[in-house]
Amino acid sequence: MAPASGLSSRGAVAVNALLAHLVDPVQRLGQATLEWLAAMGRFGSFLGQALFWLVVPPFKLRQTYHRISFIGVRSLSIILLTGAFTGMVLGLQGVLMLRRVGSEAFVGPAVAVSLVRELGPVLAALMVTGRAGSALAAEIGVMRITEQIDALTVMALNPMRYLVVPTVVAGIIALPILNWVFDVIGIYGGYLVAVKLFGLSGGTYFGQIQAFLSTTDIWVGFWKSLAFGVVVTWVACYKGFYVGHGAEGVGRATTEAVVLASVLIFILDYFMGSVLP
Amino acid sequence: MTTTATAPAGLSPSPDSAGPPAIRIENLHKRFGRQPVLQGVDLDIGAGELMVVIGRSGGGKSVLLRHLLGLVRPDTGRVLIGEDDITILRGRALDHVRERFGVVFQGGALFDSLTVFQNVLFPLKEKSRLTMAEIVARAKEALDQVGLADMGHKFPAEISGGMRKRVAIARALVTEPQVVFLDEPTTGLDPILVNSIHHLIVELHRKFNFTAVMVSHEIPEVFRIADRIAFLHEGRIREVGTATAIQGSTDQYVRQFIHGEVDIRAR
Repeated sequence: MAPASGLSSRGAVAVNALLAHLVDPVQRLGQATLEWLAAMGRFGSFLGQALFWLVVPPFKLRQTYHRISFIGVRSLSIILLTGAFTGMVLGLQGVLMLRRVGSEAFVGPAVAVSLVRELGPVLAALMVTGRAGSALAAEIGVMRITEQIDALTVMALNPMRYLVVPTVVAGIIALPILNWVFDVIGIYGGYLVAVKLFGLSGGTYFGQIQAFLSTTDIWVGFWKSLAFGVVVTWVACYKGFYVGHGAEGVGRATTEAVVLASVLIFILDYFMGSVLP
Repeated sequence: MTTTATAPAGLSPSPDSAGPPAIRIENLHKRFGRQPVLQGVDLDIGAGELMVVIGRSGGGKSVLLRHLLGLVRPDTGRVLIGEDDITILRGRALDHVRERFGVVFQGGALFDSLTVFQNVLFPLKEKSRLTMAEIVARAKEALDQVGLADMGHKFPAEISGGMRKRVAIARALVTEPQVVFLDEPTTGLDPILVNSIHHLIVELHRKFNFTAVMVSHEIPEVFRIADRIAFLHEGRIREVGTATAIQGSTDQYVRQFIHGEVDIRAR
């Protein structure tokens, strides 16, 4: 009897090991899926909370002012530079391409419409993501790991109201303004190349813009930049808020904030471009 | 204040027979993933008492403190602050309890973007209904009490570690809290500064008579300042008592900890 029971127990162990081997990857997949869903829920709920506190007084005007200065004013030089060169590149390629079909008169509208509808909002948002979004994620991440956010919480002060809401409001205000600056300076960049370099008439350049650029195009650019302003600040604050441990955690949060915000900007740009007129 | 003799393992004697405890921790359990951190903590802290929680690094002292502050929710168990169970409160009710707190975090947790004076002023400016003149006077007084009256204009990055701890103490006390929590307020400081901060805590505790819970492993310094000491070991309060009782304990883990003996199993 003893050898038989020994064999059967060894068989049971082997079956259990085989089952564990088969179940383990499924279990891990399930665990990872649950964690991903929880993170998505937290990400969405974070925005929901921010939008809720955005309309509940008292408003932190001083913090909002500082954030506008940080996101908007300090991004101005990079927006001017990138806007000018984007317009110049569009002007250059526009003239070279349209000259082949004898339509260089349409360089102005080509530059203006592509800037106002697409490139202005997207590139301005990407520049702000790189400059201010990463810094915001790092700043809030450091506040988290040095317990400054906990200090606010135990003072019975809502960190969402003190840190996140002013940042999101600043994004909503600053991004459309930076977008307009980018558009205007880009159109002048295109003018420099098309008119001053290739000798196109200034009247034709601006006249055709006036004829082809509609108010709808300007509104589309505005709504996009507004949405991107929320995305950049939301992602940056979220990544800072839920930072990992130590300097490595802050570094990772910063990178993730830039990557995620950039990807979301492109995805949102496509869908908004499809939905908006 | 009543102090008591050593209690049996896992139990805490009532600190003040005259009234209910200011803080009551009941059967607190917490695990992070598969790692149990707190495994049934029971502790009563009397009103006006200075309780020091000691224990090995990574033993769950700071986690316990975060439960008392309502920053972490337990798996099971309760933390009563007066009559309020902080583990189930949310929103304004939780904020209402926290308004009675002053907290000194391990690294000070001073706001980098504010000066020392603005840091001390901050909780009053945001929460109190005092006039600005009164707030400024209170903040100046608080900085004066910690001996940093002339450092108000500096930023936290411009002052030493010891000064930052003092500013954190001033900020914690400026609202005149009923309960003060101190998370290793002397970690990383030299022995002179450790004694200086401890002296300051005792002086302010005597002056304002707040209830204080301090997490520390400054042995033997804490024996000079604590009303009672709780030894946290493997997620439970293994022993509670006066400094004399703890120092005279026969419990092998308590003795091992306070004498700094190397764990034979760890060698």
